[in-house]
Amino acid sequence: MDGLLLEPTLYTVKGMVILDNDGHRILAKYYDPSVFPTSKEQKGFEKNLFNKTHRANAEIIMLDGLTCVYKSNVDLFFYVMGSSHENELILMSVLQCLYDSISQILRKNVEKRTLLENLEIVMLAMDEICDGGIILEADPTSVVQGVALRTDDIPLGEQTVAQVLQSAKEQIKSAILK
Amino acid sequence: MAIKRDKKEEEDGGNPFQSLDKTSVLQDARTFNETPVEPRKCTPILTKILYLLNQGEQLGPAEATETFFAVTKLFQSNNTLLRRMVYLGIKELSLIAQDVIIVTSSLTKDMTGKEDLYRAAAIRALCSITDATMLQTIERYMKQAIVDRNPAVASAALVSSLHMSRIASDVVKRWVNEAQEAVNSDSIMVQYHALGLLFHIRKNDRLAVTKLVAKLTRMSLKSPFAVCMLIRIACKLLEEESSGEYADSPLFDFIEACLRHKSETVVYEAAAALVNLRHTTTRQITPAVSVLQLFCSSPKPALRFAAVRTLNKVAMTHPTAVTSCNIDLENLITDSNRSIATLAITTLLKTGAESAVDRLMKQIASFVSEISDEFKIVVVQAIRALCLKFPRKHGTLMTFLSAMLRDEGGLEYKASIADTLISLIEGNPEAKESGLAHLCEFIEDCEHTSLAVRILHLLGKEGPKTKQPSRYIRFIYNRVILENAVVRAAAVSALSQFGAQCPDLLENILVLLARCQMDTDDEVRDRATYYFSILQNQDRHLINNYIVEPPQVCVSSLEKALMLHLMETPEEVFDLSSVPLAPPPLSDEVQAAPTVVQEPLAALGRPAVSKEESASDRLRAIPELSWIQGPLFKSSDPISLTESETEYQVRVTKHVFKNHIVLQFDCTNTMSDQLLEKVRVQLEVSEGYQIVAEVPCQRLACSETSPTYIALQFPDAPNLTVTNFAATLRFVVKDCDPMTGIPNSDDGYEEDYMLEDVEVMLADQMQRLTKSNFGAAWEEGESYSELEDTYNLSGINSLEEAVRSVVSFMGMQPADRSDRVQPDKSSHTVYLGGMFRGGVEVLARAKLAMGNSPGVAMQLTVRSPNPDICELIISVVG
Repeated sequence: MDGLLLEPTLYTVKGMVILDNDGHRILAKYYDPSVFPTSKEQKGFEKNLFNKTHRANAEIIMLDGLTCVYKSNVDLFFYVMGSSHENELILMSVLQCLYDSISQILRKNVEKRTLLENLEIVMLAMDEICDGGIILEADPTSVVQGVALRTDDIPLGEQTVAQVLQSAKEQIKSAILK
Repeated sequence: MAIKRDKKEEEDGGNPFQSLDKTSVLQDARTFNETPVEPRKCTPILTKILYLLNQGEQLGPAEATETFFAVTKLFQSNNTLLRRMVYLGIKELSLIAQDVIIVTSSLTKDMTGKEDLYRAAAIRALCSITDATMLQTIERYMKQAIVDRNPAVASAALVSSLHMSRIASDVVKRWVNEAQEAVNSDSIMVQYHALGLLFHIRKNDRLAVTKLVAKLTRMSLKSPFAVCMLIRIACKLLEEESSGEYADSPLFDFIEACLRHKSETVVYEAAAALVNLRHTTTRQITPAVSVLQLFCSSPKPALRFAAVRTLNKVAMTHPTAVTSCNIDLENLITDSNRSIATLAITTLLKTGAESAVDRLMKQIASFVSEISDEFKIVVVQAIRALCLKFPRKHGTLMTFLSAMLRDEGGLEYKASIADTLISLIEGNPEAKESGLAHLCEFIEDCEHTSLAVRILHLLGKEGPKTKQPSRYIRFIYNRVILENAVVRAAAVSALSQFGAQCPDLLENILVLLARCQMDTDDEVRDRATYYFSILQNQDRHLINNYIVEPPQVCVSSLEKALMLHLMETPEEVFDLSSVPLAPPPLSDEVQAAPTVVQEPLAALGRPAVSKEESASDRLRAIPELSWIQGPLFKSSDPISLTESETEYQVRVTKHVFKNHIVLQFDCTNTMSDQLLEKVRVQLEVSEGYQIVAEVPCQRLACSETSPTYIALQFPDAPNLTVTNFAATLRFVVKDCDPMTGIPNSDDGYEEDYMLEDVEVMLADQMQRLTKSNFGAAWEEGESYSELEDTYNLSGINSLEEAVRSVVSFMGMQPADRSDRVQPDKSSHTVYLGGMFRGGVEVLARAKLAMGNSPGVAMQLTVRSPNPDICELIISVVG
């Protein structure tokens, strides 16, 4: 039974990956240097992971000694990895936060094209969720607040009426859909 | 046409980052140097750089540094998004670029500034470029940030501190008061991070951790993550308390109370912790198991997975506790998530009844091809455990394994299946024929050389003893035709085994071996020629000694002995019996299967340094002992001659040579206020023994261990050799300062200390010798002298126990796996092979029977060329 008790540490997440529907990497972060230290190993793992997960929508899989939780939408696959002894529900809450934050950032259009158009914000969001393997924030609203949204760049006075209306509409829509 | 173009555009435009080129993107980065900075132009370029890095593109240090400096120019812009991307860029590039500390002041300014969106990210970026010395200059700001009212800032500071403690733990340790304050924060994440940092700082101070946990368990943390962390810390504390009694511990109560927490994450964490604690009783984990049972029917796959994974572990330690969940597990067998289904089945296999096996196997077979190799190995291991538990089910299990063997899979997976099959064959005579047939089929199409060699070796060993040995020849000879040299060589060896043990096949084997002599590979030709000439001779003695029972010398010792021989006396005939034997691998019951299969080829490849050899080198280096003749025959494991907690500890190791025995006493001084000098062991030797040399230990300071030696000559009559010596430790004590270890005065006083007796046993003088065909060897031993006697082994209540004690007492190797007792039998025969010091072969047969009277009756027959040795063995047993 040795080693099954988890060492109390904040370093929970081993990696976060977003792949497209061909299994190609869009964004990937690996936080533990002992897990897949080289880019080649990482890509190999991602290929394997994608092959095992793209058909079955099963949410969780054990692969190469890691517990991987995942979620897909249209043409995107989101993965969060942790050690095989890690509490799966903690990993799930990280994945949920990643997905929901991105969904809010992309205004519910979670697909490859919009994601690439907003890639910089998605990068910031991933950085806000996990810092070097430590869960920094698991609440999507805080994450979205933490990253500077693009429309906020333009002071309200400089936005066109159409822009203001558009953003108001979207906000109402998302509030209702919630 | 238009539609087509649209489609094409869409494909191209689908990913604006598709065809990025490193050189051109870095070229674009020059835009950063223009003033004023245009955020709309620069942000996409920076994003592209980060994207490329993320794709695994490598930058050289020069490129990275240049880019880094270009990025720092962007601090001139006050665009929020751009600034945030700059932080990201700094973090990514800081790993490769040089002189990154140049941005310290810009980041420090942002970190202490008013803009909240900057502060948290600036702290994290700053810590990624800071080293231990620079950290002290920003210490003040970090302390402030940890207790900042903005939760994002506080979290960023806490997390960065934890990262920094890897390189500057003493600086971070000074922030403990701030971290303490942050634990009381309203923000749940700040609480979590503060707890993580506090524990990290104090983890070596048990008392402080205990206090921390006691305080936090009372104040009920709001963050589920923090509670999980607290549970883990509590477990660690419980585990370190070695008493193993959890019942009254407040920590245990806390974990148990967490089973009723409102967050599922915490409930699961608590359940898993209870199950994994080492000393929990079945009753204590029952509530945890019921919680897991509930989770089994959760709609969330992750929760079901977590529950089954944990139950699977429980099944190994407390199988009875899991039986109540069997119905829930049955439902999970058809789960759409294959990982969950596999875990459920393997758990059921561990706890289920024999009647369920067939049904479960059918279920696994339906989806085994869809699961990952790791899970397949889990399944194989479960099957192996089943084979041991229900030997009657071998038919079903074996068919299943062979089907798995035919599927795609890596070496590790295939090897685990082959291991299981081999252990089945060895453990269950009924399964032998069908198992060998499956393995034969497998090597027909096996791409792993190492596995093929192992299986061929096994075929050579087991094949000739089956009813119809001829059927295996075709499979083996096919390898000779089709495979690479290594496999061909193994196949030739396997063929020769058939030739040696099946006289009616000899003719045909000779023909096949003659053909192998034309092989293109040296090793194959050599082996074929070697076996051919021995077999052609038809001399039973030669065949037995060189094919059926090849000499078992230790290869690295043989190499050494040959070198020595060539240097010193090349004109004399080399004496093979002077080379120490390679000890057969120790096999213990359950793990026997995979290790017993020796790989003759692989063993040649790695020169293993045996216990004897390293001891031999050490003894040779001692001038007083270097004259002892002959190579070291056997070294015993160290035996303690004192209680484990006494002031002086002595352990003896017995090194046996042909005519001498060297006793090595490893003495340890645990008294911090004493220095020992002239430490030696005084022996009262029994009749026939003679002390020939003594090497005392001159000086033994506190907590040091050092050896002293005594060399004895064995008596000429072997029956005097098994005896006891009374031993006393003698030494001169000098009192000394416990701190420095320097003696207070030069005068010491003599002291002695009683030790337990040193025993010289039969097993010390006997080397284990593997006889793979005991029957043949026993027949050949008819010419030896033979003695027989019967004994009553009182105090032993089962055949297994009797076998174990006989084997360990005699120090001989059980042949033909005769150490495994068939259950429900009232009698059993053990065959033993060994080599007495001096290279005298010894064979023994022990017939054991359970009678009506208590104890086990034993009839022991010993054969050896030297009658004295037979007498010795007969006399010391009993």
